[in-house]
Amino acid sequence: MNKQTLDFEKPIVELEQKLGELLRQSEERKIDLRSEIESMQRKIEATRERVYGSLTAWQRVQISRHIARPFFLDYVRMACTDFVELKGDRLFGDDASMPGGLATIGGIRCVVIGQQKGRDMKENLLRNFGSPHPEGYRKALRLMRMAEKFGFPFVAFIDTPGAYPGIGAEERHIAEAIAVNIRDMMALRTPIVSIVIGEGGSGGALGIGVADRVLMLENAYYSVISPEGCAAILWKHRKHAPEAAEALKLCAPDLVKMGLVDGVIPEPAGGAHCDPEQAADNIRATIEKELQILSKTPIEKLLTSRYEKFRRMGVFEE
Amino acid sequence: MAIFKKPILRSLTSKTREMPTGLWTKCPSCSEVIHNFALEENLQVCPKCGHHFNLGSRERITSLVDPDSFEEHDASMSSVDPLGFKGVTTYADRLRSYKQKTGLVDAVTTGGAKINGHSVGLGVMDFNFLAATMGSVVGEKITRIIEFSTKQKMPVILVCASGGARMYEGMLSLMQMAKTSGALALHAQARLPYITILTNPTTAGVMASYASLGDIIIAEPKAMIGFAGPRVIRETTHQTLPADFQTAEFLEKHGLVDLIVERAKMRSTLSDILGYLGSK
Ligand SMILES: [Zn+2]
Repeated sequence: MNKQTLDFEKPIVELEQKLGELLRQSEERKIDLRSEIESMQRKIEATRERVYGSLTAWQRVQISRHIARPFFLDYVRMACTDFVELKGDRLFGDDASMPGGLATIGGIRCVVIGQQKGRDMKENLLRNFGSPHPEGYRKALRLMRMAEKFGFPFVAFIDTPGAYPGIGAEERHIAEAIAVNIRDMMALRTPIVSIVIGEGGSGGALGIGVADRVLMLENAYYSVISPEGCAAILWKHRKHAPEAAEALKLCAPDLVKMGLVDGVIPEPAGGAHCDPEQAADNIRATIEKELQILSKTPIEKLLTSRYEKFRRMGVFEE
Repeated sequence: MAIFKKPILRSLTSKTREMPTGLWTKCPSCSEVIHNFALEENLQVCPKCGHHFNLGSRERITSLVDPDSFEEHDASMSSVDPLGFKGVTTYADRLRSYKQKTGLVDAVTTGGAKINGHSVGLGVMDFNFLAATMGSVVGEKITRIIEFSTKQKMPVILVCASGGARMYEGMLSLMQMAKTSGALALHAQARLPYITILTNPTTAGVMASYASLGDIIIAEPKAMIGFAGPRVIRETTHQTLPADFQTAEFLEKHGLVDLIVERAKMRSTLSDILGYLGSK
């Protein structure tokens, strides 16, 4: 599964290979290598803690884009039951980069939507690398209205490098589609939870991101511009993306501190791709807990706090 | 052209800020060399071909509202450097130099005004200040003028121009899209009119929030309007872009823009629309 090894993962992968070798030798030659094996395991744990305890912003961006990282539909499979996909915006087409539908999470019936990437070229062509067209946002709005009508909470999984920059997207007004979603989510009369599970790419993320609870997986990022884009503009070269990632303060702990995100969902050691089931479990438990609280809150109070939360965002002097 | 017969200086428009040094400007559209005073007299529109140059926010306000009716709000609200942005230049340096260059405090001016007797909340962005990017100050001032107008039961008119979000403020700038659009949701629930005027260029985060949400969306001729930059689109898609791509005319054809109005007729057009939709 783990086909892609990031630079900073290499020391861990090398130790894991050595451990594998020790285990094989003790098995094949029937020699007692217990103490060596235990010491190697301790070494792996220590290395893991050292590497993952001090991740840079850029390293987290790389984890968030990891090819083996669970995507939206993986979480639907692992954390939801009885998923029924609903397609189309009833205006132009269906956007496969943002599937959605009915799903049950922890016994609660929900409407879910999420951006979906692919793991190979064929799937990525279908999913457009997780970059939605206007139809994705308009389908999301249609499903939000359905959630409102039937009294289901709306749960959005964010994982996009950004809304698609293309001719058709502009001809069909992607900016307007995002703007309308942002405005209408603010007034949607049902609880909304949004979770950034990988990449939170700017307006393309916010277009399904105005929520009562905005949560992020530990190694996800959420940013106004991609680190590469920022580096190209401000540093005149994309190779400065690591510095840009640091400067943009796009990781979960900084965003929580600034009050822009409500909480962080922990990932298993080494990132969600090291133990997808555990990551899915954490997500399911969190959604369940949040929805139980939100569904008990009177709708007018919910709308007021949703508005007030975003209303407070901004730092300036007068 | 009666250029030199008119009084040359007017009180509010005397500070030409965006003009290159020198007295003449070459029109990028028809190559006519125009005296700067003639441009100023003509609201920065080329007298020969109608090319709309960038118009500063002060001059814009003067051109739209009844004399002496504009009461500015939050005039001193100023950007800080919330992230301690470390790049090749610091945010603090950029702010300082743009304040000096433009005489503005940030990229939007807001306030109450009257247009042909109709009371409105008005916000005017100024591309000369850091490409009218939206940071906390732009978002907050726009939100406040919308909330003020909701309370006063007044229409809101926002004259938009923007290069997008202000990167230096990171996610704080992105969230201004939510804040402003949320205020517009409440303004709309109160059944109050909202008019946007899209000027050259209106793009990215501003376009993907309040600029696109007008009950009436007006654009200036040939204004560049869009979500993604043309270079990014070309690099991503490897396609040739249509000749009129992302212009006001393109967006009118594709159904986003209600009408294209030249600058000289903007005030009377607003007055006509407010006659239908505006409160008294
Ligand atoms: Zn001209």
